[in-house]
Amino acid sequence: MSVDTQTVKRVARLARIKVSDDDATRMTGELNAILGFVEQLDEVDIEGAEPMTSVVEQTMKKRVDGVTDGNKADDITRNAPASEDQFFMVPKVVE
Amino acid sequence: MTDLTKLTIAEARKGLKNRDYTSLELTDAFLSNIEAANAQLNAYVAVTADKARNMAKASDETLAKGVGGALEGIPLGIKDLFATNGVHTQACSHILDGFKPAYESTVTTNLWADGAVMLGKLNMDEFAMGSSNETSYYGDVINPWRKQGSNQDLVPGGSSGGSATAVAARLCMGATATDTGGSIRQPAAFTGTVGIKPTYGRCSRWGIVAFASSLDQAGPIAHTVRDSAILMKSMASVDPKDTTSVDIEVPDYEAAIGKSVKGLKIGIPAEYRLDGMPGEIEELWQKGIDWLKDAGAEIVDISMPHTKYALPAYYIVAPAEASSNLARYDGVRYGLRVPGKDIVEMYENTRAEGFGDEAKRRILIGTYVLSAGYYDAYYLKAQKVRTLIKRDFDLAWANGVDAILTPATPSAAFGVADQDLHADPVKMYLNDIFTVTVNMAGLPGISVPAGLDKDGLPLGLQLIGKPFDESTLFQVGQVIEDAAGSFEPDKWWG
Repeated sequence: MSVDTQTVKRVARLARIKVSDDDATRMTGELNAILGFVEQLDEVDIEGAEPMTSVVEQTMKKRVDGVTDGNKADDITRNAPASEDQFFMVPKVVE
Repeated sequence: MTDLTKLTIAEARKGLKNRDYTSLELTDAFLSNIEAANAQLNAYVAVTADKARNMAKASDETLAKGVGGALEGIPLGIKDLFATNGVHTQACSHILDGFKPAYESTVTTNLWADGAVMLGKLNMDEFAMGSSNETSYYGDVINPWRKQGSNQDLVPGGSSGGSATAVAARLCMGATATDTGGSIRQPAAFTGTVGIKPTYGRCSRWGIVAFASSLDQAGPIAHTVRDSAILMKSMASVDPKDTTSVDIEVPDYEAAIGKSVKGLKIGIPAEYRLDGMPGEIEELWQKGIDWLKDAGAEIVDISMPHTKYALPAYYIVAPAEASSNLARYDGVRYGLRVPGKDIVEMYENTRAEGFGDEAKRRILIGTYVLSAGYYDAYYLKAQKVRTLIKRDFDLAWANGVDAILTPATPSAAFGVADQDLHADPVKMYLNDIFTVTVNMAGLPGISVPAGLDKDGLPLGLQLIGKPFDESTLFQVGQVIEDAAGSFEPDKWWG
């Protein structure tokens, strides 16, 4: 399978990365090289193989549903490009 | 006075305990090496000199009382992927500009609890995506090794290129690193250092910037097998903050060193003998086989038929997980923000400017293979192939194999800005052909320096072990180190 420039633009939109027409053209070639490489997997007989979900056979650990941490709003917003009163500030979302 | 930066961790541990020198003297010696070398080698992206001296002074006080942790007073470098409280933590990406976490990763917490001293944060490929340390926002790291009679700059490998260079050039005593497809073992091989990726689940991933969560593991890079065992013991732990951290007690890895390998079964997988592989790599591998045979190990030929599919499967699984993990960088909570006319354009502009080309490539591949209609054809199939890759290893272990010996890389270090490798992303990916199987199966793997090529560049051998059997890797690795000796680049920098 290979992708065309339109598909690259659509995927970039899904990934929320702005791409120029030039970028999209260049990336189309690069992505097709990678997709061409992974096509080798078509040779593999995967009949009966379960998809791997974990390399280690361990039941997922669970913890008690309790509060273990918190009251760190300042720590959490300190690295934000824009914040006010412990809120993250973003461009207007709702008119 | 002897050059303190030439000591191993094992030697310095003894010297500090005997009060032959102080941790402050040791730390200052490394800080002055860094100051002299970093403009040329670019191994550190942040040097925390004041913090280092304070930590060293505290260690000296502890040592004066005749106590101290396993790494008391030992100066280390930390890969920029590890969250360090109040200190530069950016995965060497532009998108994390200015990020200083208010928390500490579990691995570094363990190191400081054992008395280690932090010298600073080490350069790396952006988000650990790369095999040459040329994708860092902070510029290329330069390998301290050069070909004999050449002044061409070589890459240190990646993604832990800063870690490998810093250790090889004596800019720290040991370093933390991470490995998703070979990012510890390949740079270790390129710089004549020892690097181990432990079993998935051995080190907590808490506080390590995520790339591909089912593959990422932390591990050390150091000068000797023993030093890597000392660091591994401190870095590893059982951590309730990481649900994939496995509840197995961390053994004393050093106890395995010096133990005879007599009677151990070492597997040699036929499928790692590639067409077009340089003769020198083949010869090195044979030397390794001979060394282990001479030491009394039993060499057995094994077959791992799915080996060649590990890399293509990796280039589906890793980008898929990366596209999901990197979705969090949106200009809202941390790092870079590039404005737009609305919130979506703000996201798009931020991510366009903040991510480098390699990160974008992988996000796009990942987004594509997970998108509607393609999931089964790519991701699901890759995860099935992964099961088969792991089964190849399981069969070897079931047949009594104790460890597997392979080359670490298909070549020695290559030049910075290599035209051929940059023209085709897949060519660069092939660097990880011998290491990536280990991540796909979640196993431990160590790279040990084993010789120099005709140009005088270091080459490494890889040992692959059973799950949570790092001890055998240290045991066998020491035999290779004893036979091969150690390797030091001629100093041209600083």
